[in-house]
Amino acid sequence: MTMTTATAGNQAQQPQPQTIGFGNVLHSEWTKLRTVRSTYWTAGIAALASIALGALICARTAYNIKHGRQSLDGFDATLASLDGLYIAQVAIGALGVLTISSEYGTGMIRATLATVPQRRAMLAAKLLVFAVATFVAGEVMSFAAFGIGQQLLGSAHAGISLSDPAALRATIGGGLYLTAVGLLGFGMGALVRNTAGALSAFFGTLFALTVVDDLLPTNLRNDVIPYLPANAGSQIITVVHTAGSLSPWAGLGVLTLYGAAATVAATVLITRRDA
Amino acid sequence: MIEATDLTKRFGSTLAVDGLNFTVRPGYVTGFLGPNGAGKSTTMRMILGLDRPTRGSVTVNGKPYDQLRRPLHQIGAVLEVRAMHGGRTAYHHLLCLAQASGIPSRRVNEVLDLVGLENVGRKRAGKFSLGMSQRLGLAAALLGDPAILICDEPVNGLDPDGILWIRTLLRSLASEGRAVFVSSHLMSEMALTADHLIVIGQGKVLADASTSEIIASGSRKYVLVRSRDPHRLRTLLTAAGATVNSHPGDDSSAVVEELRLHVTGMDHDTIGDLAARHGIPVLELTPHSASLEDAYMELTHRYVDFHAGTDASTAPATESGI
Repeated sequence: MTMTTATAGNQAQQPQPQTIGFGNVLHSEWTKLRTVRSTYWTAGIAALASIALGALICARTAYNIKHGRQSLDGFDATLASLDGLYIAQVAIGALGVLTISSEYGTGMIRATLATVPQRRAMLAAKLLVFAVATFVAGEVMSFAAFGIGQQLLGSAHAGISLSDPAALRATIGGGLYLTAVGLLGFGMGALVRNTAGALSAFFGTLFALTVVDDLLPTNLRNDVIPYLPANAGSQIITVVHTAGSLSPWAGLGVLTLYGAAATVAATVLITRRDA
Repeated sequence: MIEATDLTKRFGSTLAVDGLNFTVRPGYVTGFLGPNGAGKSTTMRMILGLDRPTRGSVTVNGKPYDQLRRPLHQIGAVLEVRAMHGGRTAYHHLLCLAQASGIPSRRVNEVLDLVGLENVGRKRAGKFSLGMSQRLGLAAALLGDPAILICDEPVNGLDPDGILWIRTLLRSLASEGRAVFVSSHLMSEMALTADHLIVIGQGKVLADASTSEIIASGSRKYVLVRSRDPHRLRTLLTAAGATVNSHPGDDSSAVVEELRLHVTGMDHDTIGDLAARHGIPVLELTPHSASLEDAYMELTHRYVDFHAGTDASTAPATESGI
């Protein structure tokens, strides 16, 4: 508690960079992401959901096939093993929201922006760190879920291997799908800034749009359905497509556009709004 | 050096900050005083580029905040008690800010040491008391060893030990040649800490002068005179140009009340001489100087948004001159 201002003279001793570099901001954002518990909670839930749920579905399907209760007609073995991603996406989206909204909620944003006044650079660094982390974790989950799921389905001779180009695309697509959903969460978090509001906007966009779609006239509805975020994005993890759906990559692109639109809007606004 | 020029901020129909002009100079502790809602926090947020001015500008070392290279090395700020994620440890909170500025991690341990948090660096900031949070905020502000430090209500919630510590720290930082800009609503604390004061009310500068000048400007200086012949003394003093009132003291006895005079506009030497020349026995002659609080109340009285039910500023000046 004794106070000596040993703080002075510090500048003379150590060489310091002339300006803040983007690398500095990336480094900082990575530290932020890895030093809060919510990151590990959401990643843990996502991993559990994608791997355990996928395994459960595949085990049950294998049992049904072996006992003649399910035919292999139109069966999508890849999607069966990746079904858990539909639950994992909720956790990943929430993490995307929290990554930015928690800064506003706690007041940390003011310390952040006082350190890095280049707000767009800060937002870009935060997004990049989150997206790369989500992509890497998402690919691990997707490949693990596929591997375990196909092992289980194999017992009923219903499995598929990664040598199948569509199965490989879908499994790689699993990580991409989670990243695109994470981007939507991040964009909503950056745009709305309040955690509860941003979570609502995220879930609303991902799921509730489907309900709104029912209000449209029938002839229009069929034109719109493939472009809803969940429908579009899920094509990348689907091997056996239903008629009228978008192609895998176009679908992923459409889902990504939703998140990109929210993120771009937030990027435009961030320098105009008071922090 | 912080320079505000016609700094103005409007929130909807409320003019929070209205054309402020002021300078915060190196080597001094500059106090920023004003009632709640006067615009102190908004001004500080505009200095840091967090809020955009509606009109006018404020610069730090001659530049708008967002054009500063390595801002943490030029200006450190303690804006709010908890501008931190409660789930992160004190060490990691400081580390992520340090990394963003290219400050080596050993500096994080240095500042934790400096603010007396060296033993709790691995604890989550959310578990910290108000006082510890203030210290952590200061640690963050000192990371870049800045030449300017700004603090919004830094002694809020601190115990007497902590208040003394902050005061000593701010004074020593200023004595090293740094500019220290600190807001507070505790007048007595400001009188001890600040060399210079900027007083604002309803977004406008009411006074910008040294602390001693502002205290001296208070009109609540008076001399308490107790005499065996108050009526004759009152007549003499009034004739000599002084203003005399019965002292509105706290004595309940009407007799005692009658003996005490409250004299303004004449110093105690002159009163004593005058009484002696006319052979009036004087029992007590006590000069009362105004406190900063009195001067401040006078300055801001008209500008307080919400008055309390009783008007505290009409009470007699406190005995302790500062």
